[in-house]
Parts: sequence; C-alpha cells; structure tokens
Amino acid sequence: MFQSIAVRIAQGKQYIADPRAANPLGLRGAPLIADAACAADCRACVDACPTAAIALAPLRIDLGRCVLCGDCAPLCPSQKISFTANYRIAATDRSALLVSAVKSLPDPIQVATELRQRFGRSLKLRSVSAGGCNGCELEINALSNVNFDLGRYGIDIVASPRHADALVLSGPITRNMVNALQQCWDAMPEPKFIIAVGACAISGSPFEGSTALDRGLLERIAPTLYVPGCPPHPLSFVCGILDLLGMAS
Amino acid sequence: MKPLEPWLLIPTCELTPLALPDWAAQCALALQQGARLLTLFGRAEGADGVVTTAVFQHGEGHLSVLRGHAQRGACYPALTPRFPAAQMGERELWEQTGLMPQGHPWLKPVRYEGARQQRMNDHEFFKVRGQEVHEVGVGPIHASVTEPGHFRFMCLGEEVQHLEIQLGYQHRGVEALLLQRPALALSSTIESVVGDSSVAYAWAYCAAMEALGAHTPSPQTEQVRGVALELERVAMHLASLTGLATDIAFLQGGATYGRLRTAIINASMRACGSRFGRGWLRPGGVRFGLGEALRADLLDTLGAFAKDFAQMNQLMLAARSVRARFQGVGVLSRADAQALGLVGLVARASGVALDTRASLPGTLYAAHPIASPTEPGGDCWARMTLRMSEIDASVQWLTQWLQSPWQELPANELLASGHALQANALCVSLREGFRGEVVHVLETGAAGQLLHYKLQDPSLPNWFGLGLCMRHTEISDFPICNKSFDLSYCGSDL
Repeated sequence: MFQSIAVRIAQGKQYIADPRAANPLGLRGAPLIADAACAADCRACVDACPTAAIALAPLRIDLGRCVLCGDCAPLCPSQKISFTANYRIAATDRSALLVSAVKSLPDPIQVATELRQRFGRSLKLRSVSAGGCNGCELEINALSNVNFDLGRYGIDIVASPRHADALVLSGPITRNMVNALQQCWDAMPEPKFIIAVGACAISGSPFEGSTALDRGLLERIAPTLYVPGCPPHPLSFVCGILDLLGMAS
Repeated sequence: MKPLEPWLLIPTCELTPLALPDWAAQCALALQQGARLLTLFGRAEGADGVVTTAVFQHGEGHLSVLRGHAQRGACYPALTPRFPAAQMGERELWEQTGLMPQGHPWLKPVRYEGARQQRMNDHEFFKVRGQEVHEVGVGPIHASVTEPGHFRFMCLGEEVQHLEIQLGYQHRGVEALLLQRPALALSSTIESVVGDSSVAYAWAYCAAMEALGAHTPSPQTEQVRGVALELERVAMHLASLTGLATDIAFLQGGATYGRLRTAIINASMRACGSRFGRGWLRPGGVRFGLGEALRADLLDTLGAFAKDFAQMNQLMLAARSVRARFQGVGVLSRADAQALGLVGLVARASGVALDTRASLPGTLYAAHPIASPTEPGGDCWARMTLRMSEIDASVQWLTQWLQSPWQELPANELLASGHALQANALCVSLREGFRGEVVHVLETGAAGQLLHYKLQDPSLPNWFGLGLCMRHTEISDFPICNKSFDLSYCGSDL
C-alpha cells in the first residue's frame, strides 16, 4: 500500500486546469498566413501540399483537408506560411475551416442552445473508427486520461450506441465499414449528432482518390462539430465541445 | 566489414523470373534450408500476367529475393501445408492476383478488397461441430475506442476451441493510392498508413527513396531518426501497458502509464511539432534536428520518466492480482511462434530472438547497439514484462545517445521533388517498429516511376498468433490477450 501511495505522490497533479488556456509547447497547430504578395506564378505551397488543402489568389488553407504536416512552409519564397501552437481550430460549419490572411482562424463556435440545454450537464460519446489509422483513436482515448480528463465536464465515452448522444467519427469511411457504421448510427437514440475528428473524417483528403471509400453517410448527415488535425490534438477536441455546449472550463 | 543495412536494392534485370511452379519449389527449398519468409506477394503485369516476389532473410541476416511469373488464374502447390508461415502471404497473393495456391487449408480473402468489398458474408467462418458448441461473434465495432475487426469464437462452455479473426474493415486502398502520386511526395500518406507507427513507416519509406535515389543520409540524420523511432517505441509500449492495466481494472497502472506516455509524446511534439512524430522524417533527411537545448530537454524528460516508470512497474509486477491475471494466460509456444513466422515483440516474448535492429543494424545500430531482450514464457505476462524491458532498453539507448557529442545537421539534405530514382529496380526496406519489422517493397519501372508499393505490417502474420493463443483459454481472457499483442488493424487492412 505504501508503494501505491508513493506512486500517487509522484504523480502529483497532472490535469490541465483550463484546457482553453493550455500551452502545448511545440505543437504545429493553426497555420498563420502573412498578408504579403505571392511571388509571381509561384505555386510551391500548392505543389508541396499532399492533400490539396491550399488554394491561391488569395492564399487560403482548408483546415478540413490540411494534415498540418508543415511541408508547405519552408518552400514558400515569400515566407507567407507559418504554423502556431494555437489548437482552438474546431468549427461547427465546414466552410468556416477555410483560413486566409484576413481570417486566420475558423469563426468562433456559437453555443448551440438546444444542445446545451439537453447535453450541457451530461454528454455521452460513442467512437467509431471507419478507416482511422489509430492516430485519431489514440487521441480520442487520451481525452479520458488524467491529463485531459474529459469526464470532469460530464462528458464520457460509452460502449453502447444505445447510450450515446454523439457519434465521434474518425477515418475516411471505408466501404467495408459502411454497413457497421450505419447500424451504429441507427442504433443511437434521437436526438443525436456527429463529431467529425481529423482530416480523414472531415474531408477524406489523406486518402482521396481511393476507390475503397464511401462517404455517403456524411453527405446525408452533416457533422455538428468538426475537429481538424492529423490527428487533432486532444485540446482541439476538448475546447470544441466545451464551446459548442457553452461550458465553462 | 560494413554492417548489413536494413534495405536491399536489386536491378530487376538481375532477378530472372521463374515459372510459377519453379518459383514455389525454390521458395520451399529456401524455407526448408531455414530461411525466414519476410513477405510474399504479387502484382499484375500487362493484361493477364502476374509477377510474384518472395523476400527471405537468411541465418546470418542477409536478404534475398525470388521472383516468379505466371498467367492470371494459374495454380501452384501451396507452401502453407508444409510452411505455415506462408499462410497469410498466400491468401493475399490469391486475393490480389488470382493465383491459386492449391492445398491451402483456409483460403479466404485477407481484407475483402477490390470487387470483394462489402462481401464479408461470402465466406463461412471455421466451424467446430458438437451439441454443446456455441459461436460468439464480436465486432467489427468494439466496446472501447479502437479500430474495427471481427472476432469469431467457437466455444465449449467458457472455453475457446477456436478463434478466427477476420479483418478488412479498415481497408483504404493504400497500396493503389501510393501509385497515384509522385514517389517522393508520399511522406504524409505513409505516415498515416499505421498512425501509431508513423516514424517506423516514414523511415522505411525514406530509406527506400534514398537507396533508389543514390543518396546516403548523413550520420546526423540517422541519429535524429533513431531518436524519433525509439521515442515512438517507448510511447506505444506505454499505450499497450495502459490498456493492459485498464483491462484488468488495475486503475493506478492505467492512470500512471497514461500520463507517462503523455510526457514522452509531448517531448516528440517539442522536437517536431507532432505527438506522433509526423512531419519529422522526409526523403533525404529530417525536417527538424535536435539542438543542444532540445537534447537537454529530452534528457530531463527521460530522466524524470525513468524514475516514475520504474516505481510504477515495481507496483504492477508485485501485485498478486496482476500476476494472477496475466501469468499462464494466452500462451504461445516458441515452436508455434517460429512455425507461423511471427515477428517482433510477440515473437520475442515467446523466446524467439528476432529483431532487425540486431540482424540488419545499418550504421546507426551497429555503432550503438540496442539491447533486444526476450522472454521465454509466451504468455500475457511475458508480453507485458517485455514491453517494460524494451522501454528500459530504449530509454537507456536514448540517454546514451543524447549525452554523446552531436554535430549539426547538414543543410539542404532533403531530396528535391524532381530527384531521379533508379529505373527498373526492386527495393526492400525494413524498420523495426514497436510491433516488429515493418516491410516496404518498392519496384520502379523504366522511367524510375513506381510500379508497385508493397506494405507489410508486423501485424499481418501476428494476428494468427493471437487466434492460436486463445485456444483452450477462457473467452473472458480475450481482451487481455488482444491487448498484450496490441496489433494493428489498419496495418493489416491497408
């Protein structure tokens, strides 16, 4: 027992007191696009982007497609692109994920009043990976560890879809998972909503062009929350959901 | 003598393709003489031709390749009945190219790809007959946050007679996708093939590009890559330990290993911007070096980690409830592990000393060898304690490395997007990830373009070991057996 107490003492306090004011040192998070002119006919960033997330004239980055690899930044002769440690990049609207020099971050999330009334004190999540590479899945698991401790907000990951209010979807949706995913969604009681986690779930961009995907579910039902990244930092998820439900951190 | 590199480059003109039956006979001969089958696969050529490739590792470590050719739909005597290690390779060969290994005892698709997508019900599961026998199906979606896969148990009471594991739900068509993009622009795709082994995959890919591009990375680059890979190993073994502790409700273990992992992956993030080491390795070099301040930071992190990790291990290993739950459960014998061609940590936990960091060390691991312990037990306990020992070995290796004198990274080492790759060549590239050897085999055509990109995760052979170790075990032991193997679904499904 003394050993157990010693382990507990060594652990100290590990939780991040305020997820909205954390400092993930070194994180390659939200890109920052400088308001300078591009070099003539230059498309170095577009060519370097593995997921076609960048558009020109003016330079824009779609965070729903971006994998935050940073391959573009060192190739820009005008040094227009850099990356910050800002992790508050979740959004409720797919088009809000498009950032540029004039709009450097997705629009702040508006509190969803109806969702807040119903789930503001208790929200249960069911995670389904449909082609996820275990990057998003590990970060979703990390939400429940002692550092991020999502449970303190009354938000838990549950085993049964019958107990779930939201489907946390990761992966680009493989054809071989279409039926199981649909069955899981159908088994969830109303009201329910989808949280799309990672570039794969949001846009399928890392595996775009593959014939093994079927993204029909998301064409029928738009996610309520988008959490960009590859994989998203757990803080992006925590802040996104707290903002959506208008919860204090 | 130069140390053996974990890659092999052969001009395809030096690989005379044998007729299919001769190829199979030569493969059987190599296996009979004690060579180890690393991978076996095929690719379509022309309208109805198939080229087959088998890669072997011989006793002293070196690699060799056997090539065959056939018409689509051709048959040959299966290797599997005599050499079970070929069973997954032959199933995949049949699924991907239509070649028929006659006499294969269980010829089913590995991942239901191409025209077989969504047709998981086309094939029966193995049946055990008897009045009291019942069947339990689990998945593809599981109770916890994890990837999908189906487990079919045949049980007599609580006792599992047979477990068949059917994967394929994660199939994203990665191998075909890799041929759609320029060979040197695949880094980020490669990093998300198996997202918990991003560094191992990226390194195998980079080494292949460098071999094909006649570029030798600087020793400094290899140093940084070694640090990235061993950090990944420590972090992922910690994820397994977290799961093992949680699965037996040893909650202090779950909490402590979880937060210790956070410290390690956050250190990776300070080095390269990503908790998974993504964006760190690129063909030709690395995008981020390890300056003096960062090395000191890593040393501090590892020092604090080692102390708390040892303390937590002591608690876990001394707990009678932990011993009772893991010891003697899910036993995989050394003979079975060898016969099935299992690799990596799972093989080492059954007493098979198999580690490409030792057999194919390259300049880095030859100059600074890393301890690669084994455990004889083959049970859940052995797989858990071996993860602890491997973490200790990696931390020790990292600490020694980071304390030794470092030189600055050379500038502009990365290969430019137009860098020419050797034409008509076959490149085998291996890297020992936390699960075991990650195998990449690339073939280039006449213009240096990629003709084929074969990926093989250590999970592909190892899943069968999980099925086997469940025989005559209680079905309630499955979660801990599964966690003790900690295999990849997407690595198998691609």
